[in-house]
Amino acid sequence: MADTTYEPIKKVSIIISKGSLDGIYPGLIMANGARMEGIEAMVFFTFFGLEAIIKKKMNGIKVATVGNPGMHMPTILGAIPGMSAFATTMMKKEMDKLDIPPVDEFIEMLDASGAEIYACKAAMDMFHYTEADLTGEVKEILTIGDFYEKSAGAQIIFT
Amino acid sequence: MSEKTINGQTVDVDAEGYLVDHTQWTEGIAGEIAGELDIALTDDHWKVINFLRKEYGDNGNIPTLRKIGKQSGVDMKGLYTLFPDGPVKKAARIAGLPKPKSCV
Repeated sequence: MADTTYEPIKKVSIIISKGSLDGIYPGLIMANGARMEGIEAMVFFTFFGLEAIIKKKMNGIKVATVGNPGMHMPTILGAIPGMSAFATTMMKKEMDKLDIPPVDEFIEMLDASGAEIYACKAAMDMFHYTEADLTGEVKEILTIGDFYEKSAGAQIIFT
Repeated sequence: MSEKTINGQTVDVDAEGYLVDHTQWTEGIAGEIAGELDIALTDDHWKVINFLRKEYGDNGNIPTLRKIGKQSGVDMKGLYTLFPDGPVKKAARIAGLPKPKSCV
């Protein structure tokens, strides 16, 4: 082992790009965990991940039961109507036991913790959303250029 | 584990300064640990400390940040103001409890 001391992480910039429950939660948990350790955190929601900060969508997020090898479920079963809703209910129960909040409350919690929430302009345009569709905690809509600027000094984590 | 004298009392602490035995804790110890963390204890700090000690006594667990924010009488924003850069860890250490193990 080399005798090296590393600088502690001071800031993280987390990108959430997937819109399924299993795509959104890891980023939220990592951002919240960073704040709990005194690490600055910003979260950038892009592509389908954007749904986590769209008022009408944020609480309808589901587990992907098709094309998700982690589910250990044959595609044909995952495609059965109601399967995704069922898996979502099961997972939410487990998360509730760990006191992991629903998406809207999680976003509120992040905002209160001082984490900064941003929406991706390209994704907003692509899905025809406007500022009025976003939950109030969103600080700003950023271009990719803005995103990199705001991420100065941060470790960028893509999820 | 090592011994440390806090507020005139000899207590056992772990490598990160958490009390090993929460029954050795006193209010005086809380004040001194808080001082080490550059925190001057106010009534709101005490609400959180007492809530943590009660929960730990009842369930043997340190509550999650979410639960503290909902039930201690201090909200999430307040917790981050009272215990900057680590609300649960700092509050637990001041309350004489072990290092929190929860991820949320």
